Amino acid sequence: MNNFRYSRASDIADAIRLLAPDPGAKLIAGGTNLIDLMKENVERPSRLIDISRLPLREIVETPDGGLRIGALVPNSDLAYHPLIEQRYPLLASAILAGASAQLRNMASVGGNLMQRTRCPYFYDTATPCNKRSLGSGCSAIDGLNRNHAILGTSNSCIATNPSDMSVALAALGALVHIAGPNGERTIALTDFHRLPDDKPHLDTNLGSGEIIIAVELPPHSFARNYSYLKIRDRMSYAFALVSVAAALELEGNAISGARVALGGVAHKPWRSLEAEAALRGQAATPDHFGHAADLLLQGASARSHNGFKIELARRAVVRTLMQATNATPQSQAHKKIA
Amino acid sequence: MGDVTHELPDRIPTRLVINGVSHTLDLLPWTTLLDALRDHLALTGTKKGCDHGQCGACTVLIDGRRVNSCLTLAVMKDSAEITTIEGLAKDGALHPLQQAFIDHDAFQCGYCTPGQICSAAGLLAEGRARDADQIRELMSGNL
Repeated sequence: MNNFRYSRASDIADAIRLLAPDPGAKLIAGGTNLIDLMKENVERPSRLIDISRLPLREIVETPDGGLRIGALVPNSDLAYHPLIEQRYPLLASAILAGASAQLRNMASVGGNLMQRTRCPYFYDTATPCNKRSLGSGCSAIDGLNRNHAILGTSNSCIATNPSDMSVALAALGALVHIAGPNGERTIALTDFHRLPDDKPHLDTNLGSGEIIIAVELPPHSFARNYSYLKIRDRMSYAFALVSVAAALELEGNAISGARVALGGVAHKPWRSLEAEAALRGQAATPDHFGHAADLLLQGASARSHNGFKIELARRAVVRTLMQATNATPQSQAHKKIA
Repeated sequence: MGDVTHELPDRIPTRLVINGVSHTLDLLPWTTLLDALRDHLALTGTKKGCDHGQCGACTVLIDGRRVNSCLTLAVMKDSAEITTIEGLAKDGALHPLQQAFIDHDAFQCGYCTPGQICSAAGLLAEGRARDADQIRELMSGNL
């Protein structure tokens, strides 16, 4: 790790004040990704601003019947919170599909949103990477790209966002509350992460000097017909090749509402309102789900080693929507896929 | 120009309550909890394996919760209660998990064992594992 200065923020305003004068400063909460990247010399902050003691650990009900989750709630506390388990089991399931028990105890909700890609070239400072060093080139495009993106890529970057939690949050229509030098603002989770275009060094639309203070879940929770299916190279503690968060509203066998988000395939959680709209009013059948999957995967393109992901994603979408239809969500402990 | 670039940050007084004993260390901010335990306090039961949070050999309990000490900055844990493998035995009697590892010969080379036992102690405290598959899943942070 590089030498850095350390400050402990006393409140949110103090954190924003400490961030402002130093473009090399970074916030630290759980530290699970940042410390790892610092050990690899990918991140070299001039100062770490410790926000772990700020009062952002509450989960409270909002007046409209949703939930507001403080940015510092640990991932494990969120997944096991009774209100999440009962009302938003899709989110609980996605969180428990990610990382390990130790890391989930450490990692915060805000940090989970800020975690960076696990592209091996991003981590390897001996290789070109536009995300790490803009303009140096992308080693993955003609390199080992089996795990890389198939949607929303650019000629600058084909990295994926590694979060499981964000995939469920995207499907649930979550909001991100942000504080900064100019006050507070709220954006949709699906607008929080961005596509790489020609600025892959920017993972998110968080402005400089801003801090995530909460994530809000809308009232509609899809607690009955949901599933999170994560496909990976080993059974546990691995990043997704493809993951699917699916949620349905059913009247009999007819779909009145559908949400589908993909993880492991793009620089951000991937949703298609067109695909979801196409399901409304249809019967919940594999054929209709396959059509929606085709719409969701419209424009998918493969590089030399990741072409399998397109068909894998298509099948995973159909399977996860069937699990949601049957109210048999994928267990994150019992690995057989229903 | 260059006036402060090479200046070392101050050491930060940090109080850690480790296995019930309070220690105050003056630490550079980039000292991980793992290095503080091993290099500053000679508590070498906690192991450095991958040093990246992947192998779980460095697992300790902070305020009763299992974490990777290699990804934890010690200065951030000022006043925390930390339990390491050295602190699990009580009054000369091994922790039931330590005894179970011996009884069932649950070692290979043994390097990962302290982390596995601390992780298992955390798992028991969490109370979420109810069958073998759940134990497997919730122990997957230890190789």
